[in-house]
Amino acid sequence: MLEVRYRTARTRPLARATLPAALDPGLTIRPAEAGARFSLRVRKATGTVAGLPLDGPINSLAGDDARWIARLGPDEWLIGTSETEADALAAAVASDLAGTAHALVDVSHRNVGIDVSGAKSAILLNAGCPLDLGDTAFPSGSATRTLLGKAEIVLIRWPGATPRYRVECWRSFATYVHGFLVEAGLGTTAPSKAA
Amino acid sequence: MLLIDCPYCGKRPETEFRCGGQAHIARPTDPSALSDADWSEHLFVRANPRGVHAERWNHIHGCGRWFNALRDTVSDRFIETYPVGSEPTTGSHPSQGTEPTRSTQTETRA
Ligand SMILES: [Zn+2]
Repeated sequence: MLEVRYRTARTRPLARATLPAALDPGLTIRPAEAGARFSLRVRKATGTVAGLPLDGPINSLAGDDARWIARLGPDEWLIGTSETEADALAAAVASDLAGTAHALVDVSHRNVGIDVSGAKSAILLNAGCPLDLGDTAFPSGSATRTLLGKAEIVLIRWPGATPRYRVECWRSFATYVHGFLVEAGLGTTAPSKAA
Repeated sequence: MLLIDCPYCGKRPETEFRCGGQAHIARPTDPSALSDADWSEHLFVRANPRGVHAERWNHIHGCGRWFNALRDTVSDRFIETYPVGSEPTTGSHPSQGTEPTRSTQTETRA
């Protein structure tokens, strides 16, 4: 029947993404699990929403891998959590900001995450990102909107001593961004000398 | 790469920014009272100085905020950046001894 023949299954972006065998062994590039994301705009940068602080410095991250908040500007935050927690988080934010003018927009299906880790992560990202990713300029716990090649991304450096990054991009840019990172990963190793 | 000092994010690469043209242009409070010539002057005529220029910039691929900047159009040096609604602390350019160009009136362009 028509409905059965043309039934579409939800395909996750980057579900078919593959990594080349030649990728630098010191690098991991992995599409992140699907998760919920919220864009929050509010003038008042004090207190907490859903247990996450609003008063962190601009371009910093708070929370942990499972539930985080990134302050992208004076009045803009990106919040991430698991898909199962999405409704509870939205309700908690709405009740914490009751009486305050704010906008909370669910952008879960717009954002795609790619996890980059390994000692050479910063070299890899700098193939397309113009930011200074040194430990002084972009320490762990940083998060900012920036560029990777031609695409706009949000770059997060998770807390911890080992370099672990999250690249968040828009869904339609995901294949480009993933392909860009993989190709850059081929270039972080010095070419072997011809025999 | 040229670094621009965003008032909110600090020094960031030039490619994250977009220029929004001349700053400090006050919209006439009563446009209907203006002559066509004065209105078109407000809408379309901008200064194009050789030297210090006050401009609007947007950190579009960063915090997304607009701010103002004093830029020398000869050297492309950013002298100062400051939030919208405030005035620059740098008064004049040493070589010119004049205020940054901020008027769109015809006589200042002549
Ligand atoms: Zn900024």
